[in-house]
Amino acid sequence: MSKLQSLSSAISAHVPDGSSVALGLQLEQMIPFAAGHEIIRQGKRGLTLIGPISDILFDQMIGAGCVEKVIAAWVGNVMMGSAYNFRRAVENEQIKVFNLTNFTIALALQAGAMGIPFLPTRTALGSDVPKNNPFFYQIFSPFEGKEPLLAVRALVPDVAIVHVQRADANGNAHCWGNFGVMLEAVRAAKKVILIAEEIVAAEVIASDPNRTVIPGFLVTAVVESPLGAHPSPVQGYYKRDDAFFKQYHQETKSKSEFDEWAARWINGVADRDAYAELLGNDRVEGLGVKKHAFAAQTDYGY
Amino acid sequence: MAFASSEAQFTLSELMVAAAAREIRDGEIVFVGMRLPLIAFVVAKRTHAPNATGLFENGVIRDTPSKELIYTMADPPNILGATQCLEMMGVMTYLQAGRVHLGFLGAAEVDRFGNLNSTQVTGKNGLVRLPGSGGACDIASLARRFVAMIEHSKHRLPERVSYVTSPGNGEGAGWRKKVGLPRGGPSAVITTKAVLRFDESGESYLASNHPGVSVEDVVANTGWKLRVADDVQETAPPSAEELAVIRDYDKEGFWTK
Repeated sequence: MSKLQSLSSAISAHVPDGSSVALGLQLEQMIPFAAGHEIIRQGKRGLTLIGPISDILFDQMIGAGCVEKVIAAWVGNVMMGSAYNFRRAVENEQIKVFNLTNFTIALALQAGAMGIPFLPTRTALGSDVPKNNPFFYQIFSPFEGKEPLLAVRALVPDVAIVHVQRADANGNAHCWGNFGVMLEAVRAAKKVILIAEEIVAAEVIASDPNRTVIPGFLVTAVVESPLGAHPSPVQGYYKRDDAFFKQYHQETKSKSEFDEWAARWINGVADRDAYAELLGNDRVEGLGVKKHAFAAQTDYGY
Repeated sequence: MAFASSEAQFTLSELMVAAAAREIRDGEIVFVGMRLPLIAFVVAKRTHAPNATGLFENGVIRDTPSKELIYTMADPPNILGATQCLEMMGVMTYLQAGRVHLGFLGAAEVDRFGNLNSTQVTGKNGLVRLPGSGGACDIASLARRFVAMIEHSKHRLPERVSYVTSPGNGEGAGWRKKVGLPRGGPSAVITTKAVLRFDESGESYLASNHPGVSVEDVVANTGWKLRVADDVQETAPPSAEELAVIRDYDKEGFWTK
């Protein structure tokens, strides 16, 4: 059964106001900017954003007024430092932030994926991260040693939004590069919106099952969106648009500057095609693959 | 800021990168991190530590540095030619199990006992929100040792950080064990003026001051009464070989100018 949907209908159907949304799960790679921008255009409100680090997408969604809570380890602009909407919103107490660490975000999602209430860890013991934080509880090992541990509360996002290189119409997905916490998140989430650079035949996915990282039965909607992760990179499709991150840093220091930026890059375009047009052919082509690097062939024969 | 020496001219960042590179021993598993430590890993690999392995928390393991400069650890050149690409849980599993020898961290504040803050500070106009831990707390908690890099000033090196994002030696000797941390702690803080190290009391001391920076300058710009090693030395400048690697990798000096 095909789960193909347009991006706007997938966001409209599966990201209601007040949802908890996990995105930006592969850290700086394959961030679903197209989906984030569509959420902004549709004026979603009261969202809880979940992700380890967010390379400017959380900042944009916060600046656009979509967000009530953030559950994250790091929010900013990785190459440039601070993200200004996030800073302003926290300092003015407009959003509530739950501080986790990269490892504890992974553990929280893994606990959610496994259907258990928590997972124990030794990280963050003695730090201020667990203090007054509902995601942590001090426990002691029930086994010999009785060591102190932190229980990390399970996270079950209402929806996880992920971007991959290719998928079939059922949502069986190939992805390569680093995975961050994507695998834990799609297993934990109640719904998954899968965005792919390309939709391919099921036979293409089945030809290399070790590269299948998401089975279709987890996926609610499949969206084809070339360039959907720009300005973040998609290995084998386009590189990171470093200049875009620099420009964002320079052009969004105040609320009014951000509003102008968003009017141009988000609300000023109807969809991803219009966004690509705004970027311009030269810029898009400049980001494309200049030198292919194919992996060795893999023989599944017997 | 640049230094003139008899052998070569170098920038402060180049000096700090070389100092960080020397913290990596051959054959070690290193949690690399971004910015200056990223270049330090490249320098170490190409000079004294050819058998070091780099772990990146996004889920990348590399036995060779990326061929091109990267701005984030998930940039395509860091994926191409990697030894393994995997999930974050995989590299964090190695970290928690004690397989990682050394991790690098940045922060907004580092205190007397090597505790780090990268979450929030109180400025003149109230609370200033910073990006947060990322993986810093995990590295400080779980690596066998860690090295922090920071700008040296009184407000960046306070007696006690206002928020412990990443645990150092807490309140001193024995603290890590008491709170349940399995190992580790700070082994050095490389600042823009000096290198601090830690003794068995868990407290930092001045081990070396950078060329052109006096011991008095370092002490005066530290937020507590910094102890000075009896054998305090001048931080060794980057060698010609180290400088060549740094400039070959960061050609335009994005991280090191």
